[in-house]
Amino acid sequence: MPAAEIIAQFDAEMQALIAEVETISPPVTTIGRRSFLKLAGFAGGGLMLAFHFDARTAHAENGTGPTVLNAFVRVAPDNTVTIYSKGPEIGQGIKTAFGLIIAEELDADWKTVKVDQAPINPKVYGYQGAGGSTSIPRGWDQLRQAGATARAMLIAAAAKQWNVPVSECTAADSVVTHKPSGRNLTYGALAKAASEQPVPDVAKVPLKTRADYKLLGKRFTGVDNLKVVTGQPLFGIDVQMPGMLYANYIKCPAVGGKVKSANLDEIKKMPGVVDAFVLDGTGTPAEVMPGVAIIAKTTWEAFKAKEALKVEWDESTASKDSLTQAAAKAKEIAAQMPTPETNVGDVDAAFASSAKVVEASYDYAMVSHQQLEPQNSTAWWHDGTMEIWTPSQMADRGMTMVANMLKLPEDKVTVHQTRAGGGFGRRLANDYMCEAAAIAMKVNGPVKLQWKREDDFAHDFFRAGGYHFLKGGVDKSGKLSAFQNHLVSFSADGKRPVSGGGRSNNSFPTDMAANVRYAVSLMPLQIPCGPWRAPTDNVQMFVIGSFLHELSVAAECDHVEFLLNWFSRPLAKAQGPQQGPPPDPSRTFNPTRAAGVLKLVAEKSGWNKKLPHGRGLGIAFGFSYGGHVAEAVELSVDAKKHVTVHKITVAADIGPIINLSGAENQVQGGAIDALSTAMGLEIAVEQGRIQQTNFSSYPILRMSSAPPVEAHFIQSDFRPSGLGEPCVPPLAAALGNAIFAATGERVRTMPFKRAGYTI
Amino acid sequence: MPFQLNINRKPRTVDAAGDTPLLWVLRDVLDMKGTKYGCGIGMCGACTVLMDGVAIRSCLTPVSAVSGSITTIEGLAEGDKLHPLQQAWVDLDVAQCGYCQGGQILSAAALLAQHPKPTDTEIEEAMTGNICRCATYNRIKAAIHQAAGSQS
Repeated sequence: MPAAEIIAQFDAEMQALIAEVETISPPVTTIGRRSFLKLAGFAGGGLMLAFHFDARTAHAENGTGPTVLNAFVRVAPDNTVTIYSKGPEIGQGIKTAFGLIIAEELDADWKTVKVDQAPINPKVYGYQGAGGSTSIPRGWDQLRQAGATARAMLIAAAAKQWNVPVSECTAADSVVTHKPSGRNLTYGALAKAASEQPVPDVAKVPLKTRADYKLLGKRFTGVDNLKVVTGQPLFGIDVQMPGMLYANYIKCPAVGGKVKSANLDEIKKMPGVVDAFVLDGTGTPAEVMPGVAIIAKTTWEAFKAKEALKVEWDESTASKDSLTQAAAKAKEIAAQMPTPETNVGDVDAAFASSAKVVEASYDYAMVSHQQLEPQNSTAWWHDGTMEIWTPSQMADRGMTMVANMLKLPEDKVTVHQTRAGGGFGRRLANDYMCEAAAIAMKVNGPVKLQWKREDDFAHDFFRAGGYHFLKGGVDKSGKLSAFQNHLVSFSADGKRPVSGGGRSNNSFPTDMAANVRYAVSLMPLQIPCGPWRAPTDNVQMFVIGSFLHELSVAAECDHVEFLLNWFSRPLAKAQGPQQGPPPDPSRTFNPTRAAGVLKLVAEKSGWNKKLPHGRGLGIAFGFSYGGHVAEAVELSVDAKKHVTVHKITVAADIGPIINLSGAENQVQGGAIDALSTAMGLEIAVEQGRIQQTNFSSYPILRMSSAPPVEAHFIQSDFRPSGLGEPCVPPLAAALGNAIFAATGERVRTMPFKRAGYTI
Repeated sequence: MPFQLNINRKPRTVDAAGDTPLLWVLRDVLDMKGTKYGCGIGMCGACTVLMDGVAIRSCLTPVSAVSGSITTIEGLAEGDKLHPLQQAWVDLDVAQCGYCQGGQILSAAALLAQHPKPTDTEIEEAMTGNICRCATYNRIKAAIHQAAGSQS
């Protein structure tokens, strides 16, 4: 299949995957009454949650060790509580946050809580991936119910033992107390009896209100920090099994190429090399592309053999893309605006009567993920089972993919979730897991597939670049009255933009004004693209946030005032009958929440304070992946266009905060990641080949350029939303707006390095 | 080929080709996973270890060139007693993914051995070789100050 078809199919899968990740369907896997009557000892009706299955079948497990109360909670006789985190820890802090949510409702003593990684078992746990900043909002009900139902069972056991009403008992810090008599029993003493209690009807178990929280909202150190700072093996790349071999997998640098010939005999003679073979692959970068596997006794011997490997590639079906050619093409296409896909009001009349009209073109480069732990997985084909250890962000899906790929029943694939040294969206794909499994079928014993850093550059799933040709009109009262954009984007299938390359998913920043015309042109791209932290928004909000500033400047209106007016613009009502569930208000653009964070960031950054020459303050707002976030950047620019960022101020409303320390860390990390990317990162492609091969040509920001980032939270009374992504999109526009304030020069490209700026 | 090394105050003998980077001797031969592979070209600092107290990039140091005592992240604590940097890292909840942090802590340890009360500039210079992709730089700097009893 030619690269175009391979990539078209891959892109469709990626877009479907992202849609699945971002959609939080009604939470909790529930099972009806009928299936439960089959289980011995189940008393009462109502709905039982799937995670209680474990408790029933694990009954036999409950000997002298910890007692299983449900799939999320075990209690040991010494009163230590083990909570299982069902999602992957990739640095976003959910292992700690999930532990806290359950511990809160369980009323466990956090000091004696241990959080362990749950097995990959979606039948019991439901969804077990992490992406779209959905872990906390998606797990919110299920996790609280896991804690609350276990607590109810512990209280019921105590009440039974004391022969008192449940209503006279209370629980706190892993102890149940009978209030009138003061008698108490620890969870450890009660656990066995609790596990024999009927599982309560979840509808009848109350959950705490925010006023009752003892843990949530306070500062906690990450549950694995002690292990991290003492160098204990935690990551996929750290897996070690007896007799394990090491693999590297070499694919064509231009996607779609196949192996024509390779010097395998020479490679097999090299020291430590056990085998070398060709895999035809499954035809999609989502699984396994054609390549050569080298199996060796040590990593170094595998890497050395890779250097000596000579492959003749058949590139007849490989990508031949050139991004410099695409840039030239985009300029040509710009003037030929196609039939608009959105045409609301009367844009031409609005422009004609505008007090000010601004036209500008913006563009941004392709960028890469480069999570610090290179891709890897360890796989072992034994006893008819494929057993895999992986740092995936979506190991449950990977398990299904491997089963399908190897034509195995799903219960013959066992997946262990490790910690991941960064994900950023790259690890939502499971190609490295599929590669390890395909290789393991041909290896006798466990084999660890490790990508070199150069492999991560050559075989990323990128964030595409794009080109915007904008026109905006401001009326006499200083309000945005007309907006037009011609987006020139990349496409894998010729029909729609690539994954992450389209218009925003949210109501922000569409519905820009009462009069909107929006057209999209597509240019072919045969480089695989995939979700990059805050897909779509990470580029859209740079363009929109900067352009809105251009408009407020043209209108001679204070930018904060301009945005506040703009927030209260009427949003388009959905046309026709509504399909699907009503939108979740906690994940919908809310003008009050938007105004709240914008005003707070203006206050905390000192908006309108007098600044010396060459120093500027820029502000931007974004609503992305459920979070309302406003950011302010204060910086200086010298005569050589070197930028010193003095401070970034962020105000975020994601509802109730779970772990204040973890949340601040995400704000700081997201803002600086965005700064790093906006200032200096770019991927070049020629002849289908990625030009950057390692960090020397991809300068990720270092400490000396990292400014202090101050985080402020407005904890509005909504369901909590996530924080892995929302602080990324507004930064680049705040940065550009600050440079304009400092210098009078407008940056309309990313990376800003292209406009001569350094940091 | 056998090499006599001193790792975390213990003599260790390893069998490896002389050009094998110390990084892979630690990880694959000695099964010590604390030292990480990030780039293989000395640009990211994840592989940092101390050789006689000086921070080196173990991905670029062949085992044949190792002389003096090596301290890896596993050997920074004295038994159960954490190094003040490790304690500060836990107290301030520095890590996000955690992959770079062993290297960060060792670079910081080398810095504090030379500059017990470092300025921000001294910290930035000493730490410039250590990339944190998650950008925990604010907290790394604060933790170094906390461990040193110094101020920003």
